[in-house]
Amino acid sequence: MDTAATPRSNYLTDGYGLKSWLLTRDHKRIGLLYLVSVSAFFVLGAVFAGLIRLELMTPAGDLVESDVYNKIFTMHGVIMVFFFLIPAIPAVLGNFLVPLMIGAKDLAFPRLNLLSWYVYTLGGIFTLWALVNGGVDTGWTFYTPYSSAFSNSHVALVVVGIFINGFSSILTGLNFIVTIHKLRAPGMTWFRLPLFIWAHYATALIMVLGTPVVAITLVMVAAERLLHLGIFDPKLGGDPVLFQHLFWFYSHPAVYIMILPAMGVMSELVAAFSRKRIFGYEVVAMSSLAIAVVGFLVWGHHMFVSSQSVYAATAFSLLSFVVAIPSAIKVFNWSATLYKGSISFDSPMVYVFGFIGLFLIGGLTGLFLAALAVDVHVHDTYFVVAHFHYIMVGGTIMMYLGGLHYWWPKIFGKLYHEGLARVSAVVIFIGFNLTFFPQFIVGYLGMPRRYHAYPPEFQLWNILSSAGAVILAVGYAMPTFYLLYSLVKGKPAPANPWGARGLEWDTPSPPPTQNFESTPAVSEPYNYAK
Amino acid sequence: MAHEMTAAAGNGGEMQGATHLVPIRVYLTIFSLLMVLTAVTVGASFVDLGPANTLVAVVIAVTKMMLVILYFMHVRYSSRLTWAVVGGGFFWLAILLLLTLGDYLTRGPGWLRYG
Amino acid sequence: MAGAHATQHPKLQHHFDNLDQQFEASALGMWLFLVTEILFFGGLFAAYTIYRLMYPRAFAEASHELDVVLGGVNTAVLIGSSLTMAMAVWAAQLGKRGKQLLFLGLTMALGLVFLGIKAVEYSHKFEHGLVPGPDFRFESAHDPGHSQLFFSLYFVMTGLHAVHMIVGIGLMAVLFVMAFKGRFTRAYHTPVEVSGLYWHFVDIVWIFLFPLLYLIDRHGPVVH
Repeated sequence: MDTAATPRSNYLTDGYGLKSWLLTRDHKRIGLLYLVSVSAFFVLGAVFAGLIRLELMTPAGDLVESDVYNKIFTMHGVIMVFFFLIPAIPAVLGNFLVPLMIGAKDLAFPRLNLLSWYVYTLGGIFTLWALVNGGVDTGWTFYTPYSSAFSNSHVALVVVGIFINGFSSILTGLNFIVTIHKLRAPGMTWFRLPLFIWAHYATALIMVLGTPVVAITLVMVAAERLLHLGIFDPKLGGDPVLFQHLFWFYSHPAVYIMILPAMGVMSELVAAFSRKRIFGYEVVAMSSLAIAVVGFLVWGHHMFVSSQSVYAATAFSLLSFVVAIPSAIKVFNWSATLYKGSISFDSPMVYVFGFIGLFLIGGLTGLFLAALAVDVHVHDTYFVVAHFHYIMVGGTIMMYLGGLHYWWPKIFGKLYHEGLARVSAVVIFIGFNLTFFPQFIVGYLGMPRRYHAYPPEFQLWNILSSAGAVILAVGYAMPTFYLLYSLVKGKPAPANPWGARGLEWDTPSPPPTQNFESTPAVSEPYNYAK
Repeated sequence: MAHEMTAAAGNGGEMQGATHLVPIRVYLTIFSLLMVLTAVTVGASFVDLGPANTLVAVVIAVTKMMLVILYFMHVRYSSRLTWAVVGGGFFWLAILLLLTLGDYLTRGPGWLRYG
Repeated sequence: MAGAHATQHPKLQHHFDNLDQQFEASALGMWLFLVTEILFFGGLFAAYTIYRLMYPRAFAEASHELDVVLGGVNTAVLIGSSLTMAMAVWAAQLGKRGKQLLFLGLTMALGLVFLGIKAVEYSHKFEHGLVPGPDFRFESAHDPGHSQLFFSLYFVMTGLHAVHMIVGIGLMAVLFVMAFKGRFTRAYHTPVEVSGLYWHFVDIVWIFLFPLLYLIDRHGPVVH
């Protein structure tokens, strides 16, 4: 394929200067705007994580006071959840790839797409402003009445920031849904869509249906703080658990916003690096939708130890077991794809193997938590913390990095250093496990979360965890360097460096602004030769 | 779902989305129905129907809403995709209301007083 | 996607094949946005439902402090504005510029009447100590201590609705200017249709707010 060293006109060269980027309507450039913002927030969230692990190296609360510690873990959660995990894959990779994969010239609403980035940035500014002014200490979950009535921190500022940021999610989701319905190339029927698209469609449904509920809930908290309109105030007869219902109605599906796109990336990578069609394509596609739908029916499993009725808790517990099934189906189908596939261990594939093991552990421990009796014991301990980090970091971030590597040559037209990439993936895997596996143990042994001090018998596990965090940090730093280096010194990338199938590979690297020089020819997905 | 690949990108002067020019008398009929139902709902609230008062109010409100959606918002003449989107929105609202109520209704005595 | 577009409509964006596809996409986009609005207001309706079931007498007595006449008039005003909005779309579909302006103008006027009446109601609440907070001074005779919840919900729900009305009137103003400049034709009037959907939605929210807030147990004094 074309490996010309001379620069060709593409979306990166189509206009220079700040205005051409800040006023762009090109979904590819908007994806890169998000890449910059999302990366910046990740670093900030990681700094807070570093402070947490530093404090927890010793049992005594000796690095910071408890109220400062409360602010640190709150900001870690708020930034990582709302400003990194939820947008990362959809707004960076999704924005870039959705039109390409379906053979369209852009998303349905390019200006709304740009607006979504500005809205994200504005929400971020509010949150940073709150941070600079002392932060918030309620936990990212903002439980009332502490958040609405008693906390002396900048709750209103942060919830306004998150509220604004929620619109970014809604606009992205809306854009994806309309695009996938209306802008597919001729011949691109629903069951010819790449599984990345199915995953993002399902994600978009959740964004549109769930985000508004957390938005109004945060509005109510802000109204209580700023206007004395007490809706959750127990003194007025309000029920704090109502807040939890409304909050988790979104925040549980939110975790599926975080993992579904990662599963979409998984499907693409597994197919590409086993050179095989995904086993059970239709079932995997339907599983994405099933996760999106059933994911809305399980939120009460975050409330087993609130005053929620035991009947409601039982129903939510059963439904939480059900929601694990489509995820498990995906894992089975990926595994079946690998079986007798022609597997190559290119760097994205190393991330794939990392994901399978870590997502498996994260998912299974979710089942432990879904069991009422177990949850009563481990709720609010580090067991829960370990569970969700296995999925969000071991799952989502693995696939964010895997996807970033896989599509890096397409996005930037440059090849990165493959050897360093494989090494980093392994370092991340090792660092991750060392950081978070001890947390399962120490949580089960009883160490509560959100405490800056703990009984001395837990120290060994905490030291292991903090040591792991250092290795993990190194692992994350490495791609930052060799990927940025590749932009300057990397070899030019051909249109299809991996020999993969998909419309995005049928156009040059980097793509032209209008994505395709002529209407692409659509065939069955993943049509690798036997 | 295939989009037309016609060269007549300007629609050749045809009315956009050409199917739903609703006659004015339909709009006026719906408007009158809405006004009547408003009067009915006010009137009904002044009559003691016991617990049925709330039900009546909600049923009337839902009826009014359906009239606006089907006729003023043209959903009666719209695609199945539009119906699915509208239905989906309400279905999800129902999930929120019903599952939350499911907690409060099963908490046992002392939490809710229906009287 | 390749090919001559010598007769391309100026409003056709480059990534769409034709105006119909573009219109369908815009309408679908607005419907999806309205779905987010259903869930957005829905959270408030959920809170309302729970608290009304918990404190029915407090809610009923608090509801009687609202003015049924003003609320009823406002309901009629909004329904009227939905009619004029539907007529504005009709006029745009037929390319009738004069009628577009008439109906858009009427819709705006009715919207402003609604907001005016709301302002009167709000000032009444402030005067009578019905605003939650330190100056609140309404007490339910049969269910004391829980009336502020009703009024908190009243202000958040009607306040949020009013904000949406203001946005809607703003949209109408923009449409009015565009219609004045002759931007809407039989072939292209997407903004009018799509804004119409938004306007009707805001009307629907009020269709529920009115009975739920103003008409609780209006049949005589609450005696149990």
